[in-house]
Amino acid sequence: MTEIYLDNAATTRVFDEVTDLVAACMREDYGNPSSMHMKGVTAERYLREARETLARLLKVNEKELIFTSGGTESNNMALIGGVLANPRLGKHIISTRIEHPSVYMPIMHLEQLGYEVTWLPVGRTGLVDLDALAAAVRPDTVLVSVMCVNNEIGTIQPIEDVVRIVREKNTNTLIHMDAIQAFAKLPLYPERLGIDLMSASGHKFHGPKGTGFLWIRDKVKVQPLILGGGQQKAMRSGTDNVPGTAGMARAAMLEMKDLESKCDALYEKRDAFVRGLLDLPGVRINGGISRGSLKMPEDITACAAPHVVSASFEDIRAEVLLHALEERGIYVSSGSACASNHPQISGTLKAIGVEKRFLDATIRFSFSFDTTEEELKTCLEALAQLLPVLRRYVPGGRKKGGRRV
Amino acid sequence: MFKAFLIKYGEIGIKGKNRYLFEDALVRQIEFAMAKTGTDFVVSKQQGRIYVEMNGAFDYDEVTKALGRVFGIVAICPVVITENNEWSALCQTVGDYMADTYKDLHLTFKVFARRADKSYPKKSMEIAADMGEYLLDRFPEIAVNVREPDVSLNIEIRERTFIYSITIPGPGGMPVGTNGRATLLLSGGIDSPVAGYMIAKRGVKIDAVYFHAPPYTSERAKQKVVDLAKIVAAYAGPIDLHVINFTDIQLAIYDRCPHDELTIIMRRYMMRIAEHIALASGSMGLITGESIGQVASQTMQSLRVTNAVCTLPVYRPLIGFDKNDIVEISEKIGAFETSIQPYEDCCTIFVAKHPVTKPNLGHTERSEHHLVDVIDELMEKALASDEVIHCEP
Repeated sequence: MTEIYLDNAATTRVFDEVTDLVAACMREDYGNPSSMHMKGVTAERYLREARETLARLLKVNEKELIFTSGGTESNNMALIGGVLANPRLGKHIISTRIEHPSVYMPIMHLEQLGYEVTWLPVGRTGLVDLDALAAAVRPDTVLVSVMCVNNEIGTIQPIEDVVRIVREKNTNTLIHMDAIQAFAKLPLYPERLGIDLMSASGHKFHGPKGTGFLWIRDKVKVQPLILGGGQQKAMRSGTDNVPGTAGMARAAMLEMKDLESKCDALYEKRDAFVRGLLDLPGVRINGGISRGSLKMPEDITACAAPHVVSASFEDIRAEVLLHALEERGIYVSSGSACASNHPQISGTLKAIGVEKRFLDATIRFSFSFDTTEEELKTCLEALAQLLPVLRRYVPGGRKKGGRRV
Repeated sequence: MFKAFLIKYGEIGIKGKNRYLFEDALVRQIEFAMAKTGTDFVVSKQQGRIYVEMNGAFDYDEVTKALGRVFGIVAICPVVITENNEWSALCQTVGDYMADTYKDLHLTFKVFARRADKSYPKKSMEIAADMGEYLLDRFPEIAVNVREPDVSLNIEIRERTFIYSITIPGPGGMPVGTNGRATLLLSGGIDSPVAGYMIAKRGVKIDAVYFHAPPYTSERAKQKVVDLAKIVAAYAGPIDLHVINFTDIQLAIYDRCPHDELTIIMRRYMMRIAEHIALASGSMGLITGESIGQVASQTMQSLRVTNAVCTLPVYRPLIGFDKNDIVEISEKIGAFETSIQPYEDCCTIFVAKHPVTKPNLGHTERSEHHLVDVIDELMEKALASDEVIHCEP
């Protein structure tokens, strides 16, 4: 059975070229960059090259990059480190109701420390309410955090508008963008976007797990969260993850080669897949239908990222459909409701108003640039066969008398 | 300090001519449990006693924990061994032992002496009396009490001398392998692992059956059952877990039978399949975690209807237990954390909103009749799907 991996928003297969580089770095060039001898110097070269590569890809200064253990650490550092380093900017934070836990948990932590938080509502396709944003920004707003691409439904936020609106009200406010699902999928240049902080994670673009980075605009103050031996100019102590960082940079380079044309091609495949899904009975799409950009679209359904499709299947339990697809070698995620304890935040699906009965009936399909048309066609065929069979077996059973003999 | 463990066993001591069978089984089980500790040890039977002698360094807590899981052991006594039996040296060793073992010697004691080496210059009574006197002289705070001593100090003189006074309780029961074999219906819940543990405690070797219903149950639910089997195997010895694909039978029941009887009919087919597996592997009974009235399929009426498909005896060690009691044992054997992981097993997906609580045997049999043209083939297919997973702790 051939494997069809449609769970690339969870993680991706590491590129062969990256594994080779990581292995070479572990086997031969295993030195500690802090060592004074040749082994250390060689290891340091890997780091320097990685830094240069990423800086070039992002069109930023290499000094502005901090390597971390992944997206979660990048977000924590940006939010907690950013807010704590700038007490004079104020004690008000703005974010949205559809952020990833690695954003809303640190913000809730800050809330407990006495910061005031405004959670912005989102529309039916997950686009942030810009009027609410304009109303929320205050002179004492220290930080605004808005994700670029939502991990559950793939909506692209109008970051350009977010920046414009925030800057109109307050030029000092720090703007953080969680680009974990966006970096190396969409062309993103944080410096030009006018944001201050951007998080990314290596394993989302065919790099190794346990790698990530935070871009911090020059002169923006962020307090380090991990203290120790003073590596990375004391911004992030701990022995440098040389193989991981080198692998991440190589993966970004490979993934971003001809990015715009790869992106166009993937949108075409996505569009066909979405049409195919909507041709099946009892299926609805959550989030954007067609291609999105970093600006607020006229048509709110034009906000989709190229690689994520969220669909709800009437009278189907997502977990069962997931395992039924798995039996055919197709790997997907269930777009769980993922409820949080915080009254103002719930999972993305709830926040965009998905009805309760569809929350447990939602599957996330996520692609890589290598996903083929045939693979998506096979997936649609599998769904066409499975849906009627699974719909016969409704949880809880038919009512008495509904017996079929 | 300790060099050996004296293993005390209860019930098996009274089994007449079969005694050696029980002792040999106990030795085997001790060896199995000890092998996991990675220590160098020898288990020996000597004069109606079992000793585990340790060669080289070992982790005391790890070894006593391993021995504490062997059914048939009533108590474990850590033993100090001295090579030098010469009386004044022996007194010195025993005195040091007391000082090391008991930080505060404001306590009462009694000396129990045995002289396996009859050429030893002192008789047992003299050893006890003289050693008592020595200890009283050396430790002014200590006192003798021959009726209810705080410490029973045992001194056994043979080529070497064995000294012990600490007793760690064992789990009791009978050594696994002395009472035949039975097949456990293992789900991912709290009850069935406890049921398996309790029957194994009576010396029964356990096999297990799990009903897997992909895609309605996940690979993780199956992994959870394997994990539970491994936990029980830490007490019961290696368990062969039979994983049966039950999906088609479940769907056929759903398609053809009344929905308030889904669970009871499903249970009956599970019992039938378990019995097939049991008979093929030489089991003499089935084991379930059922407890009267706990759920709809465990009312007296339901148990009677389920039981009707079995010819082998069905052992239900938890039948009179409340949930709290079961949870307590589950926690004690270390299964609870695993049992409450939230992966659905096949019992929880195909459940009617209002299942019948008082099924009638004739009625259920008539409902099952709807399956008559497909069920033989489905049963054969299910039995052929048997995947055996060997589970060791």
